[in-house]
Amino acid sequence: MAYELKVVIFAYTENNVHIHLKDRRKRAGYFEGENFSATMTGGLVQEYEHTVLPKISPQTTFFLVFLSVLLLNFSRSTDFEVHRNWLAITHSLPISEWYFEKTSEWTLDYPPLFAWFEYGLSHIAKYFDPKMLDVNRLNYASWETVYFQRFSVIFTDLVYAFGTWECCIYLMKSSVRKSSKWGSQWASPSAVLSLLLLGNAGLLMVDHIHFQYNGLLFGILLISLSKMLQDQYLSASFWFAVLLNLKHIFLYISPVYFVYLLRHYCYKQRYPGVPFKRWFIQSSCQLAKLGLTVGVVFLVSFGPFIVMGQLRQPALLKLYWAPKNPLHFVRCLVLCAFGSFMFGWHVHEKAVILMIVPLSLLAVVWKREAEVYLLLSTVGHYSLFPLLFTPFEIPIKVLLLLLHSLYAYISLSNLFHIPRKLSMVPFLSRVESLYLMGLLPLFLYENIFQSSLGFDKRYPFLPLMLTSAYCAIGITYCWLKYYLHFVTMSEVIHKRKAY
Amino acid sequence: MLGSCKEVVTLYAVVALLLRWGVSLHSYSGQNTPPMFGDYEAQRHWMEITHKLRVEEWYQNSTNNDLLYWGLDYPPLSAYHSLICGIVAHRINPDFVSLHSSRGHESYYHKLFMRSSVIVADILIFIPAILWWCLEIRRYGARWSKLNIGFPQAAFILTYPGLILIDHGHFQYNSISIGLMVAALAAFLRKSNVIGSVLFTMAVNYKQMELYHALPFFFYLLGICLKEERVMDKLKTLIKIGFSVLLTFFFIWLPLFNADSVIPAITRLFPLNRGPYEDKVANFWCSASVIYKFHRAWGNVGMARACLAVTAIMVLPSCLNLFKYPSMKRLHLALVNSSLAFFLFSYHVHEKSILLVAIPVALIASEGWGSNSARFLLCLWFLSVSTFSMVPLLARDGLTVPTIALSILHPLLSTLIISGFQSTQKYSSLWMSMHSSRKFQGAVILSFIGCTVLTLAYLTLPPPPRYPDLFPLLISMFSCAHFLPFFVYFNYLQLTLPK
Repeated sequence: MAYELKVVIFAYTENNVHIHLKDRRKRAGYFEGENFSATMTGGLVQEYEHTVLPKISPQTTFFLVFLSVLLLNFSRSTDFEVHRNWLAITHSLPISEWYFEKTSEWTLDYPPLFAWFEYGLSHIAKYFDPKMLDVNRLNYASWETVYFQRFSVIFTDLVYAFGTWECCIYLMKSSVRKSSKWGSQWASPSAVLSLLLLGNAGLLMVDHIHFQYNGLLFGILLISLSKMLQDQYLSASFWFAVLLNLKHIFLYISPVYFVYLLRHYCYKQRYPGVPFKRWFIQSSCQLAKLGLTVGVVFLVSFGPFIVMGQLRQPALLKLYWAPKNPLHFVRCLVLCAFGSFMFGWHVHEKAVILMIVPLSLLAVVWKREAEVYLLLSTVGHYSLFPLLFTPFEIPIKVLLLLLHSLYAYISLSNLFHIPRKLSMVPFLSRVESLYLMGLLPLFLYENIFQSSLGFDKRYPFLPLMLTSAYCAIGITYCWLKYYLHFVTMSEVIHKRKAY
Repeated sequence: MLGSCKEVVTLYAVVALLLRWGVSLHSYSGQNTPPMFGDYEAQRHWMEITHKLRVEEWYQNSTNNDLLYWGLDYPPLSAYHSLICGIVAHRINPDFVSLHSSRGHESYYHKLFMRSSVIVADILIFIPAILWWCLEIRRYGARWSKLNIGFPQAAFILTYPGLILIDHGHFQYNSISIGLMVAALAAFLRKSNVIGSVLFTMAVNYKQMELYHALPFFFYLLGICLKEERVMDKLKTLIKIGFSVLLTFFFIWLPLFNADSVIPAITRLFPLNRGPYEDKVANFWCSASVIYKFHRAWGNVGMARACLAVTAIMVLPSCLNLFKYPSMKRLHLALVNSSLAFFLFSYHVHEKSILLVAIPVALIASEGWGSNSARFLLCLWFLSVSTFSMVPLLARDGLTVPTIALSILHPLLSTLIISGFQSTQKYSSLWMSMHSSRKFQGAVILSFIGCTVLTLAYLTLPPPPRYPDLFPLLISMFSCAHFLPFFVYFNYLQLTLPK
């Protein structure tokens, strides 16, 4: 019995290694083109040894940390008070009352792990100003409170920086995209990716000017993604389970995780010669391992319930049958987030970041996806504008969006060698460029003409409506375009580099 | 390389604006401190005075114009700028500039107006001037050095923290006069000496502090005139330049001639009765006062004479050298030497006057981009110390957080950009050059540790009751201990330039 088990394990590991190698070869072969046969005969794939580690990544991290320190300001949004209230609730009340406390209208409505996170924070907060931990002090904001809360966001942002770093390392090592620019400090795909992710205008706006801990959450998402891409399924699912228990918005993308793990970690393709029974037992063991990991996390927290939009099904089906190509997983993730953003129930405008962040990963690899990314990130970040509405914040949001979009257009068109024309935005067609330019009159109307025409009294919500309608057009268009791209993507194409 | 120059420069400009507006969010000098408030109120008061009173009353004490309450003490161009701002302010809200009753006016929208006015000045004058200078130095660079200098330097100058903090935090319009001075340099690089002299005359007429730069400009132009071969040509150039300067002066002062208030204006501009320095300045006299109180022994007039004599002696070598061999390279260095001599040894020096040294230092850093990066590091070091020397002033204005953030951002960003612009293999040569000289490295590290320790001590420790000004004085002396060797070094650089 013991012997047989050993054999099984041996066969399993050997199989795994074999698949791994074959996969490596296949991937590298496709990208290297003329070197294909050489690599096949040479056996092991040559890693790109001349690649420069994205040294700029730590420096850009510091840059953005201190940029957010600079932008640290005293205007307080509702979310600022929401989080202060949660600090107070978790600190001063017994656990049993956390979810029933209703002194403030901002009741605790994040999953338990986030409550634990706030609980942990509150134990640091008490050294700054214990008064902020009083449930009855609504809208309390001493300067210590402001500093503490703002700096807590800045510090937890380091998780995001770490996630970015992990993804960049993956991208660099995986040889998933061959580029003559790998040696360049500024223009290599991983350097571009690190700046696109770290400088994400949406996150800067929502976290540091408004107030939320999305940096922490998306950092964990990126860590989980990078683990997934490196085939470390258990730790990937662990991090994702943690994420789900921090904020339930990530349930939107959980179906992709579920299907992908089921197919590529648990019930893998059965190789000829492996008896069905053994295959099934092995697979079920894997499932049990996975279940245990996730279960432990959820045990700390609680059981989820899943709300799924119907339209995501084809994407999932395709994922189930698609051959193993890890970036395809990210693609499905984006589509799933799109699906729930378009058709989900009670969707926040902030959920648009959920598409933009994973799509950044693909944008530095495939040209078609860069096209969608550019349009989506510009429009999506613009759709976050209503969050920041005080006059002092208006220049900041405009400059942040401008900076991120300009950088994205410049660096990506440089990466894919897109010629620049004056009449058109690079990557975009004439209609798309026109649509993008339309954001300018929209912005001007919203901030200048609305009040000068005297509409602000009669139609106070007109600008908001216009913004969301206009952005909805763009986001729907991006979704359709991306969906079409995804569906028509043949197996050969999505494995090959796209230009 | 990231992209074409135009695109990259646009990115720099957006970053520069973002940093500026980030500082704008914070407090300004004299916020909520009646009865005198600070420079912010001074600027607002000038808008009120120039808008409400006739030209002849601007510099005269009267019942409507109490000169003891922030009387106008800048040249007419500044006053005209105040007038324009006053007109705009009156259109926005008459309360901003109503005579008498608006004293100490502070409100959210007024702050917004004032902050925007500085940003507008930057967009219209400072940023274009710097970019123009970069463009010209790039053209000129063919003869100056073979390296592709110019544009990375734009980021270096535009993100210099001292100027941003004083203009957008503390509140002043230094960038206008400095921008005009840089534009004059750009014009000289283009060989249009007349335009250059007009621009520089405007700079002096915006802020008399620009006289710190007047001697090098004067000697450069004189040297150029005398370099002509024929006597007629010498005379022609001299007359052309002299005439344009006089004409500019004439037109700027014309309204005051009519009002017969030139003499009161001039006595306002050069206050002999205000002592040799304001607060604690990192110059020679202030630092030497620890050992011997010259000021008490000689009195104001005697002190002023001593200052004049010492400054003249210190400026002389650099000016005569420039006069003998007038060239653009020498002019840039002479600007540093002259302004530094004035800062260190002249009468009635503000701690803010270091900005007049810092910008020319930032300009001469260009020579160090490629071959000789030690120069760049030296200039970066100087700029960091210059910001540090203003820490007491900035901390008093409640600008500690942006000061710290920008002081870290600036070296980070500039080294990041410069290393990005260098070729792949040499991307680390910037630091290599620093590592090559152990002594230099040690000095820089010691200096930065000193700055950090003194800043922390100033911010956290209560000063001993006998010496309430201990830490500001220490900061001044520490900075002065940097500036004096720098003065010697920059003089050495200029005097040893090949002819």
